[in-house]
Amino acid sequence: MYNFQYHKPDSLDAAVTAIAGAEDGKIVAGGMTLLPTMKQRLAAPTDLVDLSAIPDLKGIGLDGDTLVIGAMTTHAEVAHSDIVKGHTPALAGLAEGIGDPQVRNRGTIGGSIANNDPTADYPAAVLGLNATVRTTKREIAADDFFEGLFTTALEEDELIVSVAFPKPAKAAYVKFPNPASRYAMVGVLVALTDDHVRVAITGAGQDGVFRASEMEAALSADFSPQSIEEMALPAESLNADIHGSAEYRSHLVTVMAKRAVAAATG
Amino acid sequence: MVSISMTVNGKAVSGEVEPRTLLSDFLRVDLGLTGTHVGCDTSQCGACVVHVNGRSVKSCTVLAVQARDDEVTTIEGLAAADGTLHPMQAAFREHHGLQCGFCTPGMVMSATDLLQTNPDPTEAEVRDWLEGNICRCTGYHNIVKAILSCAAELRGHKVAAE
Repeated sequence: MYNFQYHKPDSLDAAVTAIAGAEDGKIVAGGMTLLPTMKQRLAAPTDLVDLSAIPDLKGIGLDGDTLVIGAMTTHAEVAHSDIVKGHTPALAGLAEGIGDPQVRNRGTIGGSIANNDPTADYPAAVLGLNATVRTTKREIAADDFFEGLFTTALEEDELIVSVAFPKPAKAAYVKFPNPASRYAMVGVLVALTDDHVRVAITGAGQDGVFRASEMEAALSADFSPQSIEEMALPAESLNADIHGSAEYRSHLVTVMAKRAVAAATG
Repeated sequence: MVSISMTVNGKAVSGEVEPRTLLSDFLRVDLGLTGTHVGCDTSQCGACVVHVNGRSVKSCTVLAVQARDDEVTTIEGLAAADGTLHPMQAAFREHHGLQCGFCTPGMVMSATDLLQTNPDPTEAEVRDWLEGNICRCTGYHNIVKAILSCAAELRGHKVAAE
């Protein structure tokens, strides 16, 4: 790992000032992706701005019917939160399935979605549950937040403060983890809100997380696994790598989506 | 260099480190606490698991500066002052939950964290919890048995070794 200047601001304003003043600064939340990347010298920031001392970024609460999770809330905290379990059990279950226990004790929701790894779990939750990302500058709808592989709508000096989740009528997340890394080969979040269904898919897309509009239309008409039985995403738009071909992932998407619908209705 | 201080195994410690110094290196090199092992150095194997503020973390993926002012417990901090082993250490010995022993410190630190939140885990829950701890010798069988035995003992039931 190359050396860097370390900053640990105790307020959002100080964090924004630190990152804006750095030559090539990076923000570290839980560090579960950034630190391994720096160890491999794939990233070599001049400055690291640690957000762990900023009280405004922590905590889980309800704002009416909306679940608000602070950016620095760990996966373990989300997984074990009675508030999250009462609002959207699928979200607590998703957090419980990320990585391993030690990663869940450090990794954060804000870090995960800011990184936007194409095989991460949280992007599927934020997009599928139609969440709003609240930042130091604005509110960003999930549909506008994820812009491609490791790319988001966030500006260089813009920090995620919290993520706000509306309450779905029904929701479930099912993934097929890579047997070695536990990253999602395919993960599908299905959410039913009033009469509309959202289907968000992670792990499979060439541009990261995306919505499956045909499945959404079929499930909005009939929220049952049978309604998407014969539906397969075209393999041309999906990832192919050493872990699986695009055709394999296409097959997995339908299977995981059917299981998610069954779990949501069961 | 940055000045840091923290509490390690109940004692106040301090040192001068580069910001890039890993917590695992600070423990092993600066403090001489070599019970924390570094296996893969890529946050996968779990040999380096320690507790920070009571929760298990991979110390090869935490910067020493990030643990400034925190409470850290390593494998050296588990046994009592008179040398009496922690029940989890005793269970690993009783059930021979190791072979070469390299992964053992991380296994023990991870397992003690599990029992903090789940004092009565099923075998499946133990195996699931060990997702981030890799052992290349044992096939996990006796490790799982040791953890289940320790959990039972802490709940007041003694389990005989085979």
